[in-house]
Amino acid sequence: MLLRHTPKEVTERKALTINPAKTCQPIGAMYAALGIKGCLPHSHGSQGCCAYHRSTLTRHYKEPISAATSSFTEGASVFGGQANLLQAINNIFTVYEPEVIAVHTTCLSETIGDDLPQIFDKAIKEKKVPEGKTVLGAPTPSYVGSHVTGFSNMVKAMAALARKSENRNGKVNIIPGWVEPCDMEEIKRLAAMMDVKINMFPDTSGVLNGPLNGEYHMFPDGGTPIEDIKSSGDASGTLALGEWCSADAARTLDSKCKVPCSVLDMPFGLQATDRFIDALRKIAGTSVAEEVSAERGQLVDMISDMHQYFYHKKVAIFGDPDQLISMVEFLVAIDMCPIHIVTGTPGKKFERRIKEITKDVPYEVNVKAAGDMFLLHQWIKNEPVDLLIGNTYGKYMARDEDIPFIRWGFPILDRQGHQYFPTVGYKGGIRMLEKILGVLLDRMDRDNPEEKFELVY
Amino acid sequence: MGKAQKAVQWDPTDIKQKLLEKYPPKVARKRAKQILINEAQENTTPEITANVRTIPGIITMRGCTYAGCKGVIMGPTSDIVNLVHGPIGCSFYAWLTRRNQSDASGHENANFINYCMSTDMQDSDIIFGGEKKLELAIQEAYDTFHPKAIAIFATCPVGLIGDDIHAVARKMKEKFGDCNVFAFSCEGYKGVSQSAGHHIANNQVFTHLVGKSEQEKTDKYKINLLGEYNIGGDGFEIDRILKKCGITNIATFSGNSTYDQFASANQADLSCVMCHRSINYVADMLETKYGIPWIKVNFIGAEATAKSLRKIGAYFADQELVDKIEEVIAEEMPSVKAICEDVLPRTTGKTAMLFVGGSRAHHYQELFSEMGMKTLSAGYEFAHRDDYEGREVIPNLKVDADSRNIEEIEVSADPELFKPRKSEEELKALEKSGFEFKEYEGLIPDMDKDTLIIDDLNQYEAEKLVELLKPDIFCAGIKEKFSIQKLGIPMKQLHSYDSGGPYAGFKGAINFYQEIDRLVTSKVWSYMKAPWEENPELSATYVWE
Repeated sequence: MLLRHTPKEVTERKALTINPAKTCQPIGAMYAALGIKGCLPHSHGSQGCCAYHRSTLTRHYKEPISAATSSFTEGASVFGGQANLLQAINNIFTVYEPEVIAVHTTCLSETIGDDLPQIFDKAIKEKKVPEGKTVLGAPTPSYVGSHVTGFSNMVKAMAALARKSENRNGKVNIIPGWVEPCDMEEIKRLAAMMDVKINMFPDTSGVLNGPLNGEYHMFPDGGTPIEDIKSSGDASGTLALGEWCSADAARTLDSKCKVPCSVLDMPFGLQATDRFIDALRKIAGTSVAEEVSAERGQLVDMISDMHQYFYHKKVAIFGDPDQLISMVEFLVAIDMCPIHIVTGTPGKKFERRIKEITKDVPYEVNVKAAGDMFLLHQWIKNEPVDLLIGNTYGKYMARDEDIPFIRWGFPILDRQGHQYFPTVGYKGGIRMLEKILGVLLDRMDRDNPEEKFELVY
Repeated sequence: MGKAQKAVQWDPTDIKQKLLEKYPPKVARKRAKQILINEAQENTTPEITANVRTIPGIITMRGCTYAGCKGVIMGPTSDIVNLVHGPIGCSFYAWLTRRNQSDASGHENANFINYCMSTDMQDSDIIFGGEKKLELAIQEAYDTFHPKAIAIFATCPVGLIGDDIHAVARKMKEKFGDCNVFAFSCEGYKGVSQSAGHHIANNQVFTHLVGKSEQEKTDKYKINLLGEYNIGGDGFEIDRILKKCGITNIATFSGNSTYDQFASANQADLSCVMCHRSINYVADMLETKYGIPWIKVNFIGAEATAKSLRKIGAYFADQELVDKIEEVIAEEMPSVKAICEDVLPRTTGKTAMLFVGGSRAHHYQELFSEMGMKTLSAGYEFAHRDDYEGREVIPNLKVDADSRNIEEIEVSADPELFKPRKSEEELKALEKSGFEFKEYEGLIPDMDKDTLIIDDLNQYEAEKLVELLKPDIFCAGIKEKFSIQKLGIPMKQLHSYDSGGPYAGFKGAINFYQEIDRLVTSKVWSYMKAPWEENPELSATYVWE
């Protein structure tokens, strides 16, 4: 047993987190920054943070993740990191020639109180920032929130660059939140099918799913151009996908540039995708393309075909709040019973939303925002489930408890393909159903006695 | 990046210049001292600058002190609860990500390897101090797991706000009575690389664990294996070979290690050092305090493994052991040779670059040379000068501000446990016969003239090197993997071995030959350009005409 010291009995822990379902802010900021075209993320702190974040993102996306660091030593930690950051900005623009440097803080630079805007001003005055290039920054103390908070803070910093001109540009801003590059591509595809002109940021498609052709470009063609981010103040409206990931940025645009915003759930599964498509249709004043309705119909068709296998099956799921809210809703919609739900990211609102979505589930539903995977495992020991959904780290529980397991969320370190196959939208919903049915039937094929081993399901 | 030009057109001076030309002058000056063209001179090794600060803004391969302490040294220990005091990320990223395997699958030993524990500090802990939370977390870990020991690791903010983790550890140790609690001041900003963290970890292990076992080890040929982290099961293979030879490995520092292993290390009769960088000072301390001599060994490469085993045999100077070792080598070698001969036609003449760790970039050259492959360029991520130039430079190393705050511990002979393993005469006789104690010549003397030795290589230089010299394989870590592969060059991780291993010992050599053969002969590297990109011009004739 891999986790054989996990007791069945749940005792309250006040200080000790075991097997966290979250990680820290800067990695989210780094991922978001990669969604700006020509941007080098920069971690302001000691170099280990940057190394860890790059390693984890690299292992998840199987793509090069370039990011620089201020490489604090003890001296910088005592006297402040200004000298390091100024030197870094100069070196970065000279050696790597990015269009943008997106700086995020770490718990180290936050604790000593480095003031990013002041350092940027100094860098500009000292001509360390070449003409036409951009430096932006986000505070991402690791001891507040989670990786999701860091993502949100960096996207908010992008929105803060927006300006308003005389002319509306007729576009809809879409803030997709922390989803895979292929999900962002899928959102763009859906919008294109609906003939809606969108301005999406961040956009890691084309950055983190690049081709292999014998050339390495530190800054691939993908990503949202900084000019587009700046012009998001001229859009006719903003759709923010995910309260935790995207709402702050959308509200910044609203208050700064008077771009009206609507905060939706991330479009995972049937209903959340319905709401997204409906909102897109209304905000753009267009009708829904027939192809989109057809894709929806295919998803509904699959639900009806597969329903017999899903009905009242119990599920444990962990991940990020925006993703969980929509996915739990989807599970309920296909008559599965999500009963143990943990996100490491704190927020009481999450628990309320989940309780509301699962109110008719015919089992007791355990949900905890600031929970960890150790607790989730204990819940599973007390009330076993038929399916576990979560990131790679779930595999230890899945093996110990012998539960069919689907990798979904961040990080996925031990499987590939998740960077190419979207799980948002109707197509994404179809893929999710296919995965769920696959593991459930694999289990039946494995466990059924010979006389029950059947060709036809 | 432009198109690759053939390596032979360049001389090393040109390449060095090309690596440096884009840097701002200050950066170029600094990097110039860390890039060395290997010019073998009469009995002297050229000097390289190493173990100096990483340049802010330059994309480095390095990690931090915490990574060296928690991730590298303490991470592989199965029955000690590792509790990280800090925000959640530090503990999360060091959670099962190094592939150091542990065979505590039986139920007699505790196994906490798969658990990730943290105090998950929040902003209120940063403002009001985190000691109370740490104390409570230690209590909760004790109540939940009842471990033999709990190790506490400090992260950046802990050092800044001044939590006294050592005092908390002492207090809890006293309170429990049956659980050893100790702490590591391994804040990420200390030192200039992981190396500082190894040092901090080793010192605490030496202080709090070594010599604490009550159990007497009575085996005949007892060694310690220092600097072996059991990545991909390397330690398992080395242990298999040692056992077959009749040699008992008392303690591995720290692959597949347990509390009792560390605690009994003082009972070995010889220390064998694998990774010189991470642990050479522990070997020295074991000798000073307990009288255990040490030698440098290398179990990477079949020939190197045989050589190391013979060295151990010569030390114990027992014909029975010497014969057994020869028997084992004779038994293992044929299958190694067979595979080697199979791959040789495909690997001979190919070239490699290695930029890893603080000994690996040296050790793996043995394996490549067994396959007829030449190393064009190599260097370490976190080495000190002695790893490049040999131990004789240690007395001359400057102690700079960043090294000064890494604790050095003074040890002297233990009044009860010190016991010379060999008499002065025996040691002299061994040395006279060519046996070398406490000796490591370093990377530079082993590399060819005109190869490039580069300390703290960064992404920009890596890309340039690959572009200019077009090696057939590049070895580094996960962060470097995909940028190198995008250039059409296979990249083998030598920190975590991708999904492979073991590569140590005889079976490991076989694995490595096959893995490198696979990588350098994979057809995928021939698919870089589509047919229409190779030959884009359209002519007026159609294909069917």
